[in-house]
Amino acid sequence: MDFISYLINGVSLGSIYAIIALGYTMVYGIAKMLNFAHGDVIMIGGYICFTAMSASGNPWLGIILAVIVCTVLGVAIEKVAYKPLRQATSLAVLITAIGMSYFLQNLALIIFGSSPKAFKSVVPFEPLVLADGALTIKAESIVTVICCVVIMIVLVNFMKKSKTGAAMLAVSEDKGAAQLMGINVNRTIAITFAIGSALAAIAGVLLCSYSPTLTPYTGSMPGIKAFTAAVFGGIGSIPGAFIGGMLLGIIEGFAKAYISSELADAIVFGVLVIVLIVKPTGILGRPIHEKV
Amino acid sequence: MKKLLSSKLSKNYMITFGIVIVGFIVIQLLIPTGLLSSTFQGLLVNLCYYVILAVSLNLTVGILGELSLGHAGFMCIGAFTSAFFTNAMADSIESDFVRFLIGLVIGTVAAGVFGILIGIPVLRLSGDYLAIVTLAFGQIIVNIFTVLYVGVDSHGIHIALTSEGLGLEEGGKLILKGAQGITGTPRVATFVIGIILVLLTLFIVLNFINSRAGRAVMAIRDNKIAAESVGINVSKYKILAFSISAALAGMAGVLYAHNISSLTATTAKFGYTQSIMILVFVVLGGIGSIRGSMIAAIILTLLPEYLRFLQDYRMLIYAIVLIVMMIATWNPTCKAFLAKHSPKNWFKKKKEVK
Amino acid sequence: MALLEVTNLKISFGGLRAVDGFEVKIEKNELYGLIGPNGAGKTTVFNMLTGVYKPDVGRICLDGLDITGKKTIEINKAGIARTFQNIRLFSEMSVLDNVKIGLHNKNKYSTFEGIMRLPKFHRVEKEMNEKAMELLKVFDLDAEADYLASNLPYGKQRKLEIARALATSPKLLLLDEPAAGMNPNETKELMDTIRFIRDKFDMTILLIEHDMKLVSGICEKLTVLNFGRVLCQGGTSEVLNNPEVIKAYLGD
Repeated sequence: MDFISYLINGVSLGSIYAIIALGYTMVYGIAKMLNFAHGDVIMIGGYICFTAMSASGNPWLGIILAVIVCTVLGVAIEKVAYKPLRQATSLAVLITAIGMSYFLQNLALIIFGSSPKAFKSVVPFEPLVLADGALTIKAESIVTVICCVVIMIVLVNFMKKSKTGAAMLAVSEDKGAAQLMGINVNRTIAITFAIGSALAAIAGVLLCSYSPTLTPYTGSMPGIKAFTAAVFGGIGSIPGAFIGGMLLGIIEGFAKAYISSELADAIVFGVLVIVLIVKPTGILGRPIHEKV
Repeated sequence: MKKLLSSKLSKNYMITFGIVIVGFIVIQLLIPTGLLSSTFQGLLVNLCYYVILAVSLNLTVGILGELSLGHAGFMCIGAFTSAFFTNAMADSIESDFVRFLIGLVIGTVAAGVFGILIGIPVLRLSGDYLAIVTLAFGQIIVNIFTVLYVGVDSHGIHIALTSEGLGLEEGGKLILKGAQGITGTPRVATFVIGIILVLLTLFIVLNFINSRAGRAVMAIRDNKIAAESVGINVSKYKILAFSISAALAGMAGVLYAHNISSLTATTAKFGYTQSIMILVFVVLGGIGSIRGSMIAAIILTLLPEYLRFLQDYRMLIYAIVLIVMMIATWNPTCKAFLAKHSPKNWFKKKKEVK
Repeated sequence: MALLEVTNLKISFGGLRAVDGFEVKIEKNELYGLIGPNGAGKTTVFNMLTGVYKPDVGRICLDGLDITGKKTIEINKAGIARTFQNIRLFSEMSVLDNVKIGLHNKNKYSTFEGIMRLPKFHRVEKEMNEKAMELLKVFDLDAEADYLASNLPYGKQRKLEIARALATSPKLLLLDEPAAGMNPNETKELMDTIRFIRDKFDMTILLIEHDMKLVSGICEKLTVLNFGRVLCQGGTSEVLNNPEVIKAYLGD
C-alpha cells in the first residue's frame, strides 16, 4: 500500500511538473530560448490567487485572476526583455532571462514580503479513502492529474487542428520561412508566451495547493526541475513534456520515500545531468545539426 | 606593429595589477589612521574572494564563451576540503598558517580535479543545456555537503549520512556535521593573503588568455568548426579552461572558509543564487574584460554596505541592470543609438567644431 | 603516386544519397577544380575530406596515408586545410591571432610555460609572430594585423581565411567558393593570389567555384559533380566543352 501511495504522490507531483514543462517546451521549441523566468511566473500566479482568495474567499476568482495576470505578464516579459534580443547570442538571451527571474523574485519580495504565506487549497473536496483507510488519496492529487491530462489533450489538438497551432509549428521549424509564408512571427511567439504563462498560473495554483507554503522563491526550484522534465521528454515535444514530467515526479517521489528526503534534490538533478549528457535530445526529441 | 601589440598588452597588465597594488597600499596606509570603518575592514577579505570568483568565472563565460551556473559549487568544494584538512590536522601540524597553506593547495586542487571530472562529460554540451547542467552539478554538490558526516580517527577518514553511522573510535574527531557544517576553522585568512591570491589569480588568468592555450580557447568560442579545421583539440581546451576556472573558484572557497568560524553549505552561499551573483559581477564588468570583473566585484560588494537604505531594492536593481546591459549590447536599435550618442563621439564633434 | 586519392566515396543523409561514388586523383602541385550545379554535393565532399562527416563507404588517401573517417583535427595534422563557403573566422580575435591559431600545432609550448612566461614562451611566441606576419604580408594584410577579424572588409576576410589555413602548413589546400561575393576585379586579384600560393608554397589546391572565369582561368583539371555523381573528369577545356556538362548547367 505504501508503494501505491508513493506512486500516487509522484504522479500528482509529476502532473504539476508536466504542466510547467509544457510552458518551457513550447517557448523553447518556438522562440528557441530557455525562459528562466517561467518558474517565477508560477510564483506570481500563486501570489495573485492567494491575494484574491484572501480578499474574496472565492477560489474561482483567484484562479481566473491568476491566469489573466500571468498571461499578461508573460506577454509583457517577452515584449520588454526577449523581443529586443531576437538577433542576440543565446548567452545574452539566457542572461536576460536570469535577470528577469531575479526581477520577478525580488519584486514579489518587496510587494509580498519574505515571510511565507499559508496557501489555502483551492480544492474543496475531502480526501478519498480506499481499502479501509490503508490508502488515502488527497483530492488535490486527483484534481491535479485530471487538470494535467485535460490540458495535454487540449494542447495537442490545438497544435494539430488550429491555424495558430500550425503557425507555431512553422515558426519552430524556420522563422524566416514562416515569415515569408505570411505568418506573423512576433505575434506567434507572443501567443506562445501567453499560453505558457497561463499554464504557469494554473501550475502555480496547483503547486501551492499541493505544498501550501508560498514564498518569492517557491517557483524557482520546481521551474528548474520542470525544465529538466521538458528536456527529459525531448524539448519542443508536447507529449514529451508530459512523459518527462511524470517520470521526474515519480522518480522524485520514490527518491524521497525510499532513499533520502534530504538527498531528493541531488537525485533529481543527477537524473537531469545523466539525461542531458547521455541523450540531450530526450525521449521524444529530434537531433539538431549545425550546417557546415 | 608587433611592438605596438606587445606594448598594448603590457600596458593593460600594468593597469590591472596597478589597481590592485595601489588599492592595497592605500588601504594599508589608511587602516592605522582610523579613517576606515570596521564594516569596511571586515569586508576586505570578502572583496578578495569575490574578485577571484568573478575573474575566474569570466574565464568560462568571457573567454570560453559558455555560461556556468555552478561556479559557487566549486567554491564549495574548495571551502569544505580545505576546512576539513585544517581541522583534521589541528593536532599534527601546530602552525595554523602552515595548515592553511597546505589546505589552500588541497582546496584548489580538489576543485580543479572536480572541474575536470565534471567538465569531461558536461562540456560536450553547450549553450542553455550546459548552463542548466552546471547549475544541477552546483546544487548536487551543495546538497551532498549538507547531508554528509565526515570524521577522522586513527583508521583514517570515515564518511556516513549520520553521525552515529561513522563509527568513530574513542578520540576520533567529527569534523563535518551534516547541515551544521564545519565549525572551529582557524580564521587565518587576512587581507594580505587575500591580495596575494588576487594577484596570483590575475597572473594566471591574464597569462593564460595571452598564450597559446588561451588563444585556442578563444578560437573555440568564436568558431568551433573553424577551430577544429585548423587542428585545435576542442574538448581538451574547453576542459582546460573550465578546470582552471574551477580551481581558482576553489581557491576563493579556501579563503572564504578561513575567514569565518562556521562553514555551512547553503544555497545562498554556494548554490545557484551565489553563482548568479558572481555572474552579475562578470556581466556588469563586461563579459571578457578581466579588469571589469574585478572592478564590478569590488563595487558591488561594497555598495550594499554603504547604501543600506537600498537593501531591499538591491537585487531588484541588479536584475534590471542585467536585462538593460544585455539589451544595450545586443539590440541593433539600442546599439546604433548608443554608438551615435556615446560620450566619445561628443568630444569628437566638439573638436570638429573648433 | 597521387597526393590525394579518393575512391568510391558515398554518404547518405536520412535515405538521401548526397554523394554517390565520388572519386578523384590529384597530383602534387596541381590546381584542381570541383564544379557542378547547386546542391550537387560539392561541399559535402569537402566535409568528408576534412572529417566533418564520415563517409558511409569509400577511401580517402593523402600522400599514401589512409585518412578515411579520421577526426577533423587529425586530418588537419595529416595535411589538409580548408576555407569555408560562409566565412568562419575567429571574429573577436585580431587578424594576427587568427593566423597564430593556424600555427598552433607547429609552434608549441606547454600551458604551464605559457602561464609562467618561461623563456620558451617568449622564444616560440616571437617565432609565431614572425611567421604570422610573413604570411600576412603575402596576402597584403600586414597593415591590419592589429584589427579585429570581423572589422576587415569582405574580400580581406576571405584572404585571411586562406592565410590561416596555410599557417597549418598543409599539403593540400581546399578552398570552398573563394570568389563568392567578390566583384570581377577582386576575383582577378584572387586568381593571381591562388596561383602565387601554389608557386610560392609549392601547394596542391582543390577548389569549389561557380565563377567559370576563375575556373577556366586557373584550374588545370576539373571534376564535375551532378546529383552527387561524377559527371565528367579531366583537363579543364576538355571538360568545359563536354556536351553533358553543358546540359547539366543549362538544362535540356
